[in-house]
Amino acid sequence: MISTSTTTGFEQELTSSWQERLLRGVRGTAPIFVVLIGLLVWIAILNPNFTEPQVFLAFLKRAAPLMILAAGQLFVIVSGEFDLSVGSLITAVVVAAAGLTEGDPNRTWWVVTALFGLGILVGLINGIVTTRLYVPSFITTLGMLLILQGAVLYWSGGAPRGSLPDNFRVFGRRGIEDIPVIEQLPYSVIILVVVGVVAVLLLHRTTFGKQLFAAGGNPRAAALSGVDVPLVRTLAFVLSGISAVIAGILVGGFAGISQDAGAGYEFQAISAVVLGGAALGGGRGSMVAVMAGALALEALFTLLNLLGLPKPLRDAVQGLIIIGAVAYAAYRLRRAR
Amino acid sequence: MIAVPVAPNRATRAWRGLNTDTAVIYGVLALVALISWGLILANGGQINLANTLVRSVALGMVAVGQTLVILGGSLDLSVAYQISVTAVMASYVMQGDPNRMLLGIGVVIAIGIAIGLANGLIITGLGVNPFITTLGMALILRGVLNSSFDNFAGAVPAEFQVLGYGGIGPLPYSVLLFLAVVVFAWFLLRHTRFGHHLYAVGGSEETARLSGVRSARVLIGAHVFCSLTCVLTGLFIVSRLGAGAPWVGPDGNYDLESIAAVVLGGTALSGGKGGVLGTVAGVLILALLDNLFNQLEVNTYLKDVLRGVIIVAAVAAYSLRSHRSRA
Repeated sequence: MISTSTTTGFEQELTSSWQERLLRGVRGTAPIFVVLIGLLVWIAILNPNFTEPQVFLAFLKRAAPLMILAAGQLFVIVSGEFDLSVGSLITAVVVAAAGLTEGDPNRTWWVVTALFGLGILVGLINGIVTTRLYVPSFITTLGMLLILQGAVLYWSGGAPRGSLPDNFRVFGRRGIEDIPVIEQLPYSVIILVVVGVVAVLLLHRTTFGKQLFAAGGNPRAAALSGVDVPLVRTLAFVLSGISAVIAGILVGGFAGISQDAGAGYEFQAISAVVLGGAALGGGRGSMVAVMAGALALEALFTLLNLLGLPKPLRDAVQGLIIIGAVAYAAYRLRRAR
Repeated sequence: MIAVPVAPNRATRAWRGLNTDTAVIYGVLALVALISWGLILANGGQINLANTLVRSVALGMVAVGQTLVILGGSLDLSVAYQISVTAVMASYVMQGDPNRMLLGIGVVIAIGIAIGLANGLIITGLGVNPFITTLGMALILRGVLNSSFDNFAGAVPAEFQVLGYGGIGPLPYSVLLFLAVVVFAWFLLRHTRFGHHLYAVGGSEETARLSGVRSARVLIGAHVFCSLTCVLTGLFIVSRLGAGAPWVGPDGNYDLESIAAVVLGGTALSGGKGGVLGTVAGVLILALLDNLFNQLEVNTYLKDVLRGVIIVAAVAAYSLRSHRSRA
C-alpha cells in the first residue's frame, strides 16, 4: 500500500509556549473541524430547530456509536493495522444480548459483562493472530468478520430471537431527566464524553500511546528501542474490540435488534479515521480530530437526509466526499513538505 | 580436481524458476482436493469437476485482476460494484436484441476502462490511499446503480448466453475464457516490461520511481486491467442469468472473496511478491471447499465460519513459513 507519510507526532511535543502549540495543533488538524462546522451550520440553516439543545443532543446521541467506534479503530490504525471485524462484532453484541437476556432485566449485568469479555477475546485473537502468526490484519479481521457473522446467523437460525430488557436499552435510549435548559442528558452522550476523554489521554498522554505511534511509524526502530510491538498492537486490537462492544450496546439501545445492526460500521469507522487526518499504515493521527471526523460523517448523513436525497444518492455523495477530503489532505501534506 | 560448475540447462532453470511458494500452494490445493473428494465420495456424493470449474470462473477472472493491483501495492474494493455495473449495463443496452450485442460489449468495456482509469488516477495523481479510493468508488457506483435501477434491467439475447452455457466438446467457453485471462496475465507479468515494473513498484514504489520506472503509469495500467477483468466477470454472470441486477456483484461478495483468493494464493498483501498461478490455486481451493460444504449440506451460516477459519489458517501457514525461512 502506498503510504503518504511516516512522520511521527514527536516534533509537536517539543514546542515552547502553549499558544504556539495550540496554533500548531489547529493548523495541523484544521480541515476536518472546518468541514464539521460547515456541515453543522448548513444543517442549522435547513433546520433551525437543530440549534436547540435537545435536538443537538439527540444528534450527538445518534453519532455516539460511530464516534466511539472510530476512537477504537484509531488505536489500531495508528499502530499500523486495520480492524474490519468491528461491524460484525456490533451485530454479534446486539443479537447475543437479546438472545441471552431474553428480555429478563435480572440478567442484564452478567450479559453486559460477558459481552465485554467477548469484545476483549475477539481483540486478543485478532491481535495474536496478526502479530504472532504474521497474518496481515486485513485478512485476520476479514476472517473474524466472516466467523462472527456466520456464528451469529447460525446461532440465531437466521432470525434473531429474544428481546432486550429495558435496563439494557436504557444506555442507548434514555438519559438523566429534568435538567434545566437541556431537559434530558442522554446516557450515551455521557458515555461518549467519558470514552473520548479516556481515549485522548491514552493515545496522547501515556507511554502506551507513544509506543503505538512508534510501532506504526517504524516497527523495526520501535522494536530496537525496546517497544514490545506485538504486545502494543494486540492491546490496540483489544481496545478496538471494547469500543465495538460499547457501540453495540448503544446501537442495541436505540435501534433495537436486527441481523444487520452493525453492517457497514467498519468502513464508516475507517472513513472517519481517515477524514480525521490519520494515516492508513500507521504512525500519524489525532484522537480529537478523528472523533470530529466521525461526527462530521454523521452530520453529512443528517444533511443529505435533510436535503431529501434518496438513500442511493447519499451513498454516492458520501463516496465523493471521502475521496475529496483525503485528496485534499494529501495535497496539503505535499505542499507542507 | 576442481569441480567445474555446470551451467544449469533450460529445464532445470525453468524448474527452479517455478518458485517453491507456488509449489507449496499447489500442494495445498491437491490436499484440499483429495480430502474434499474423499469426504464427498464417502458420503455417497458425486464429484462434478466441470461444475466446480464453471463456479470458479466468475471469481477467478476478477481475482486475476485483483492479483495485478495487489502486486503493485494497491488493492481494489470496488470490484463487486464494477461487476454489477457491467451486468446491468450489458443487459440494459442489449435489450435482448442480437444486433446490439457488440454495442453492449463495447459500452461496458468503455465504462470499465473509465472506472479503472479513475481509480488509478485518483491513487497516483491525487495521492489518495487505495483503500479509501476504491471504497469511495464502490459507494459512488452503488449509489448511481441503485438510484437508476432497482431490479433486473433489460435482457441479453439468447446468442449471448452461449458464453455462459456453451462450449467446445466438454470444455465450456467460460473456462476457456478464464484460461485465456490467466495465460495473458501470466505472460504480462513474466515476459513484459510492464510486468517487471509492476513487481518493482509493489516492492518499493520509491525505489522503482528513483530507478526510472514510471510508477504512476504502471499502477494505472494495473487498475485498468483489473477493471477489465471485472467487465469479463460481469459479462459471464449476465450471460448465465439472462439479465443484470444491481445486487449481482455485492451478493457474490466478489470484493473480499477476490482479495481472499489472492492472499490464499500466496501473493503478499503488501505488494511485490506472488503471481497469478497462485491465485488460480486460491480460487480453486475456495471453489472446492464450497462444493464440499454443499455436498455435505453444511449449514449456510456455518459455511461462513469455516471459510473464515480456513482462510486465516492458510495465510498463517504461509506467513509462518516465509517468516521462518527469512529468520
